[in-house]
Amino acid sequence: MKYIDEFQDPALAARLLDDIRASVTRPWALMEVCGGQTHSIIRHGIDQLLPDEVELIHGPGCPVCVTPLEVIDKALAIASRPEVVFCSFGDMLRVPGTGRDLFQVRSEGGDVRVVYSPLDALRIAEENPDREVVFFGIGFETTAPPNAMTVHQARRRGIRNFSLLVSHVRVPPAIEAIMQSPDCRVQGFLAAGHVCSVMGTHEYPALAERFRVPIVVTGFEPLDILEGVRRTVRQLERGEHRVDNAYPRAVRDEGNPAARAMLDDVFEVADRAWRGIGVIPDSGWRLAARYRDYDAEHRFQVGDIATLEPAECRSGEVLQGLLKPHECEAFGTTCTPRTPLGATMVSSEGACAAYYLYRRLDLPAANAAAADREASSVV
Amino acid sequence: MCLAVPGRVLGVEERDGTRMATVDFGGVVKEVCLEYLPDLEVGEYAIVHVGFALQRLDEESARRTLELFENLGMLQEEFGDPWEQAARAGGEDLAREVRR
Ligand code: SF4
Repeated sequence: MKYIDEFQDPALAARLLDDIRASVTRPWALMEVCGGQTHSIIRHGIDQLLPDEVELIHGPGCPVCVTPLEVIDKALAIASRPEVVFCSFGDMLRVPGTGRDLFQVRSEGGDVRVVYSPLDALRIAEENPDREVVFFGIGFETTAPPNAMTVHQARRRGIRNFSLLVSHVRVPPAIEAIMQSPDCRVQGFLAAGHVCSVMGTHEYPALAERFRVPIVVTGFEPLDILEGVRRTVRQLERGEHRVDNAYPRAVRDEGNPAARAMLDDVFEVADRAWRGIGVIPDSGWRLAARYRDYDAEHRFQVGDIATLEPAECRSGEVLQGLLKPHECEAFGTTCTPRTPLGATMVSSEGACAAYYLYRRLDLPAANAAAADREASSVV
Repeated sequence: MCLAVPGRVLGVEERDGTRMATVDFGGVVKEVCLEYLPDLEVGEYAIVHVGFALQRLDEESARRTLELFENLGMLQEEFGDPWEQAARAGGEDLAREVRR
């Protein structure tokens, strides 16, 4: 259990919590969409500080977690090729595909490199004209514009030995899918602030209206999250369902117009599979036809790799907020951050890993010490 | 990768037809693309995600966020050696592999 005096501004945190307590009269289930928010909530024990009436359900907003097994297997196949330099963000190194991960590909001789930015991968392509450089383009609306710009630059500068393995996903169709699920318990959303920094808020009023849910754009620092919860609960108690921006210091209604224009140029909306959830219509992007030459799936002919997800991992239910991580049989026993069965245990923004690292009380005693060590080494 | 970190522009230049900046993230300096915020100027703050400035931020809130990230070790997480971090999370076998 965390204490309020660990907050950056404990007095403000206490005021926000008092306000939430004063306004809540019955149970409400809120979903935070962004994995960064989940991480922050568990790390700071925000869910435990909130009154019992307010339940936080952890949504599917960790891009590492929702990248389908099939895409990971395609990445591993491409990265194993001798002519390829495979570039990725560090988060993807340990995501298990069928039987192995990028770490293992590297130890077997694959040229796997970690980059800070996709432009770094483009520079590697420029400096190594005799190699094929592939960048693993995963993520939500925040990483899609950088990747779009990188492909655009590759074409503009005539760099032909560069391609993108694309698995981009979009938040609004996921909200729609969650609300349409027959088991859905979500009554309000904390929308991901940085996604809205790029996209703005125009996609949300129709969803709020159609499903009669408040959608509050929220940052991911502890105080931001308390403010997002406060505003959502206030709407729910008044029977309102509006889009509200609780993160105006980083989100303007129009988002970033230059980034949105680039997304429209380089990508086109497509159906995407989400790990553990399945295909959600129009929930992602693929390269537009005129950029198909830069599509790694096309260039390396991995389109026919198809993979089924393991049955024992229940991350699909976790990602939809139907199950809390520690309710999974494998949690903390056969599945830990060192031996992850599903991607939600790999990334520290995945709900399973966040619970494992910061919720040591819920673990079998024998594993608690190990979790302690990992929490101090991971972060 | 998911973390967007506020940074302060130290310098701006045109490179290969692209607007780039050197940006300071609480002591760590990185190259950042300004194509999505082309009018960002030296001394201003922005939210930066995987090497791209995505939205302006006022100085006060940028400083607070950086301070928080610093205290929580999150800057280290974002800018440290990713192989080392993956290895530590993965246990001793991987750590040996990284040192290879
Ligand atoms: S604890 Fe492990 S097996 Fe269970 S849902 Fe989470 S990742 Fe999957």
